[in-house]
Amino acid sequence: MAALARLQERLSWLREEYYRRHRSADEDRKIKYKAAVKIQSWFRGCRVRAYLRYLTKMVILIQKWWRGYRSRRYFRKLVETAYFIMKMNFYNEMAVRIQKSWRGYYVRKYIHNYYALREYLEGISLNNKIVRSELQEYAEMKENEEKRKDLEKKEREKKYQARKMHYLLSTEQIAGIYNSPFRKSPHPMELLLRNSKPLSHRRQQTKSPFACELCHSPTCTRLPTFSTAQPLPPIGRQKPQGPFRDPAEVLRQRSKPVEPTFRVAASIDSLIEMAREEMKWEEWKSHIHDKKFLPFSLYHKNEKYEPSVLRAGKYSREAYGTKHFREVQPEKWVADKDFQTVLPSIVLFQKFGKTYSRNGQIV
Amino acid sequence: NSGVVSLLRPLLLDVIPTIQQTAALALGRLANYNDDLAEEVVKENILPQLLCSLSEQNRFYKKAAAFVLRAVGKHSPELAEAIVECGALEMLMICLEDFDPGVKEAASWALSYVARHNSELSQAVVDAGAVPLLVLCIQEPEIALKRIAASTLSEISKHSPELAQTVVDAGAIAHLAQMILNPDAKLKRQVLSALSQIAKHSVELAELVVEAEIFPVVLTCLKDSDEYVKKNGATLIREIAKHTPELSQLIVNSGGVAAVIDCIGSCRGSVRLPGIMMLGYVAAHSENLAMAVIVSKGIPALCTCLREEHEDHMKAAAAWALGQIGRHTPEHARAVAVANVLPTLLALYVDTHGSEDLQMKASIFLTKRALKSILQKCTHLPALEPLLHDAPPNIMKHVIGQFSKVLPHDSKARRLFVTTGGLKKVQEIEAEPGSLLQEYINTINSCFPEEIVR
Repeated sequence: MAALARLQERLSWLREEYYRRHRSADEDRKIKYKAAVKIQSWFRGCRVRAYLRYLTKMVILIQKWWRGYRSRRYFRKLVETAYFIMKMNFYNEMAVRIQKSWRGYYVRKYIHNYYALREYLEGISLNNKIVRSELQEYAEMKENEEKRKDLEKKEREKKYQARKMHYLLSTEQIAGIYNSPFRKSPHPMELLLRNSKPLSHRRQQTKSPFACELCHSPTCTRLPTFSTAQPLPPIGRQKPQGPFRDPAEVLRQRSKPVEPTFRVAASIDSLIEMAREEMKWEEWKSHIHDKKFLPFSLYHKNEKYEPSVLRAGKYSREAYGTKHFREVQPEKWVADKDFQTVLPSIVLFQKFGKTYSRNGQIV
Repeated sequence: NSGVVSLLRPLLLDVIPTIQQTAALALGRLANYNDDLAEEVVKENILPQLLCSLSEQNRFYKKAAAFVLRAVGKHSPELAEAIVECGALEMLMICLEDFDPGVKEAASWALSYVARHNSELSQAVVDAGAVPLLVLCIQEPEIALKRIAASTLSEISKHSPELAQTVVDAGAIAHLAQMILNPDAKLKRQVLSALSQIAKHSVELAELVVEAEIFPVVLTCLKDSDEYVKKNGATLIREIAKHTPELSQLIVNSGGVAAVIDCIGSCRGSVRLPGIMMLGYVAAHSENLAMAVIVSKGIPALCTCLREEHEDHMKAAAAWALGQIGRHTPEHARAVAVANVLPTLLALYVDTHGSEDLQMKASIFLTKRALKSILQKCTHLPALEPLLHDAPPNIMKHVIGQFSKVLPHDSKARRLFVTTGGLKKVQEIEAEPGSLLQEYINTINSCFPEEIVR
């Protein structure tokens, strides 16, 4: 019982102590809890920060590489275009040079050939001179002809007048009009009269009927022009001498068809040809094989080449060293594909130093 | 007027042939004199009676009948149509087939007068089958018949290309080309006129005429003593030259230009006109041909024409030809300007500018265009100087324009311009601001330093 009493005394202290301890523990607990939370949160924060730092570092790394790649690609394009432009400018300049000289040559030779034009114009003036001189000659010739015709006409008239007036000739006793004694020499008309024969009467009558018949139209008042037809052939031509064969017979003979002999009808080497034909058919009968015999090379012209055993199969020549240099082991590939080159090679750069032009020295 | 025609009518049916012939001759001479009488002859129905028994009559009657038809048909197209309607063309064909050359000549003369009026009548003549008979007539030896047949072919082919083609298809060109060499002047006139009427219609016909090898024989015709032969020869060459540059080139190469220039120099009056036009056509085609004309000394000849002739159309033609020569390049314009022809052209333009006559308008237009085209290419300043002083405003514009093109580049010319008083003259010109003339004046003023301009 004492213990119980002691215990019951301690009970209220216990209660208080209990409460006190719990309270302090509670208070401590809160503080400790808060401290723990703080520590933990700080630590978690550190961990997350470290993780984030790591992430940013990785991200920066990836972005760095990606951006580097992009700009390298871009730069590559820039370089390609710049090189292309440079090359095109060079080509354009060379093309301009060619076109310039060609166009100059073409225009000067075909479109506006100054020297040909000059020669042509000189030729024309020369030709003109010739034509003018020829025409001048022609005109002079015509004039001379006309003058000559006039003169001849006058002469004829004078002669006709002299013939008509032949009675004005001077005689021994009476000097004619044209032979006056006071003149030193006789007048030319006098000389004409002496030389001319008197006109006969018949000529004057035959003049008139001509005039009215040849008048072509009722209103024409000029003299008719005489026709300039060609003269007829002479009448007294000699006849060919006979006797002649009957023309029907001659015709029949001429139109007879040709009947050649056998010797003429056959060609010269017809016998030989016939013999050859015979021989050919005989031999054909005995041929085994119809194709002509050819030399060895022509028989084997179209054959496909069969390589020897050493070149075919596994023990053939290796492509490594000539066709490719990298070893390739497809079983070890991660994906199913081989590595791809990221950027293809630049075609232009491959031609560097391999084209022909030397002029610009850029190549 | 006193009923003579009706009195003569029964005489045509008289028994005695001489009376018929004389009656027909009388009717023909009456109709020939006056076109009223010709109408009366048609109205009195004489033509059918004349033609009814033509085929059995003798040659004198046929000649007289053809004479009557010719006399009636020559006055006007209506009378010619009346002739065609009463069936005269068949009778004329019968006459053309006759042996006597006089009858043929009378018949073809009548046909030429009928065909000359318009193209329907020509077509009627061709449809009656006249062309082959005429080509046969040309080959006859009598010169008068050749003349008339050539003139008929020329009248037929002048109206339209189809008629000319019909004449060509009958083979006329070869015979006509042979006859160019004939010494008779009137025949040559007709032959050349026939060939030029054929050649004028189209390029193919002109080429056919050229293929008959008339060059260079035609050039001798240009030296003939007869003026009309020269004129027709020049017409033929003009009709050939105007179609294409190749034909002009052919003519130039055979020396035709020189011959025509000589021909122009030796004639006076309207005979020169085809020659002048031919030079204009040749020069118009291309600059090489114009240079060929210049080289053959064409410009002095044209200048003399311009100065000597009094008629306006001749002057206008000469001005047009000079314009065609000078309009191609500055070289050509310089050649024209050096001949001192620009003042004459300007004077001609100013003269005719004031008049209101319709015919003058064509010559004004031609002169103005010629002047303008030469001025637009002329860079020879000494020749342009005199024009500064008297030109009207629209010509002045071109003159000042040329000055403004040349002066900025040539210092010697600038000095000359000032010393001859040209700059002073330019200042005196008033122009609206903003117009082309003002721009030119400004360009000229900017070539000179300020104090000279003031």
